[in-house]
Amino acid sequence: MTTALENVDLRVGQGELFGVLGPNGAGKTTLIKILVTLLLPTSGEALVDGLDVVRDYKHLRSRISMVSGGEQAGYGILKVREQLWMFSQFYGMNSKAARRRIDELLERLGLAEAANKQITGLSSGMRQKMNLIRGLMTDPRVLFLDEPTVALDVGAARDVRSEVQRWMREDPTRTVILTTHYMQEADELCDRVAIVNRGRIVAEGAPRALKESVDEDVIVDLQLDPGTPLLDLLRAIEGVGAASVREEDGVDRFSLLLADDAILPRVMTTVESAGRRVSGLVRRQPTLEDAFVKLVGRSMTEEEA
Amino acid sequence: MIGAAQRAEYPALRIFFKTIAARAYPRVMAANRQKTWLFFDMAFPVVGALAMVLVYEGLHAPRQYLGFVVMGGAMLAFWQNVLWSMAAQFSWDRGNGTLELYVISPTTFEGVLLGMALGSMFTVTLRAAVILVLGSLLFGVTYTAGGTLPAIGVFLLTLSALYCLGMLLASLFLFYGREAWHLSNAMQEPVNFLSGLYFPVHALGAYVGGAASLVPMTLGLDAMRQLLLPGTPVFIPAGIETLLVAIQVPVFAVLAGVSLRYMESRARRDGKLVTRWE
Repeated sequence: MTTALENVDLRVGQGELFGVLGPNGAGKTTLIKILVTLLLPTSGEALVDGLDVVRDYKHLRSRISMVSGGEQAGYGILKVREQLWMFSQFYGMNSKAARRRIDELLERLGLAEAANKQITGLSSGMRQKMNLIRGLMTDPRVLFLDEPTVALDVGAARDVRSEVQRWMREDPTRTVILTTHYMQEADELCDRVAIVNRGRIVAEGAPRALKESVDEDVIVDLQLDPGTPLLDLLRAIEGVGAASVREEDGVDRFSLLLADDAILPRVMTTVESAGRRVSGLVRRQPTLEDAFVKLVGRSMTEEEA
Repeated sequence: MIGAAQRAEYPALRIFFKTIAARAYPRVMAANRQKTWLFFDMAFPVVGALAMVLVYEGLHAPRQYLGFVVMGGAMLAFWQNVLWSMAAQFSWDRGNGTLELYVISPTTFEGVLLGMALGSMFTVTLRAAVILVLGSLLFGVTYTAGGTLPAIGVFLLTLSALYCLGMLLASLFLFYGREAWHLSNAMQEPVNFLSGLYFPVHALGAYVGGAASLVPMTLGLDAMRQLLLPGTPVFIPAGIETLLVAIQVPVFAVLAGVSLRYMESRARRDGKLVTRWE
């Protein structure tokens, strides 16, 4: 048996937009599914809005909502407005009030023209906006977003993110728990994040604070033409805090966390000795990805693999 | 600010009735927007029932046998609806993630399932009515007029018991995947046979007929035949059959409620609610 989550201890305050960040398979979705009462924890205790997810699940369900990335729920035969109305009724909403609210949200997310379109004809971006409206329309106290922008194009992802931000700004008592493996998304949206890896929380704090943990490092992005493997050689250099690589557009992009500038010449010597050609070198500001690499020792992509 | 904050925890009964109406809606819309059901869900079953009538005609069976087939064909529509459009629907809902949304909402499975049943009622009733009217007219089946009202009462009771049984079966789909499909498959042809859809249950004998009586359709159909078709061989007197079906309604309703809660709990514990296709 695999343990999906272990010793997870989190406290999210009312009004917070809290991110659970980590690679695929880290345990983020398991955590969300426990909190929304879809899964029973094998041990421990979880409270949402003060209610126990095991004992008080019936009351809890009227206070929460969940939207997942790539969600296909509902019935393709229905039109957008009809499907949203249907889900509103499962919460007991007044039909007239529900329709008014649905129309307002459709307008706000730029879906008003698609309101009478059959769901099977929606693009993935439109579909996810509709799913988000489903999550928002009952005005939950706690909204769970599980990878809400996964597989969306840039524009649709931006619309989803800005609606979440706007929704939070409107009422300080609203709380959002968001899982994502997009570091930039967590950085942009979240007040605080927990970085999860292999079922454990490896760090928790405001994105800025987490990035500051790598502030003293020199962060260098190195672009190399394809060639002999280099990652282990670079990691072996004294003063290289962490190194990761991803292949993109036929070139290897290395991210290196160096103790100081003096390490860079040693890095370049190693690269040249390996017969690799440098096609780009940039020194940049730290990101949450760098914080992850420093904490875990490997990149998210490597962890997913 | 969008609309007024909802945040109300509505009474369970209000959610229950709203859920029934909401879940019935897609079924009603599907019947309006996808007319293919007229062909697949109506023409095919009508032909099937009429073919059985022709077999009896060919065998020169007593006239009331034609009535047995016509009535059995009509009831078959409701049984298939229970098996595939109600019980098995949770399997599809789980596959596309809709089941998760039912579970995390404050609604109940009973509301969702009754909504499914009610939503299909128009198409299923139409199919049953076409078989009944067409079969009766084409083959000259005559009914006892005096038995009509009591038969309608028995029919409604049988329907209630059948749909409660459907809820009980649906609970299995909360936990099981393909295994439950096999069960539904297994409950189709054997139940069609054991319920005496195309012949009187009396022919099965006391033991087999008694076991088959666990499915409300067996007793209900036999009681309706006794009331409407003179000369129907008596398995159990119609009054007692009606009483037994009436008892089955609350029994299956309670069992369904208990089973739905239990299966949900097991499914939450074993992660079955978040498993998609399996």
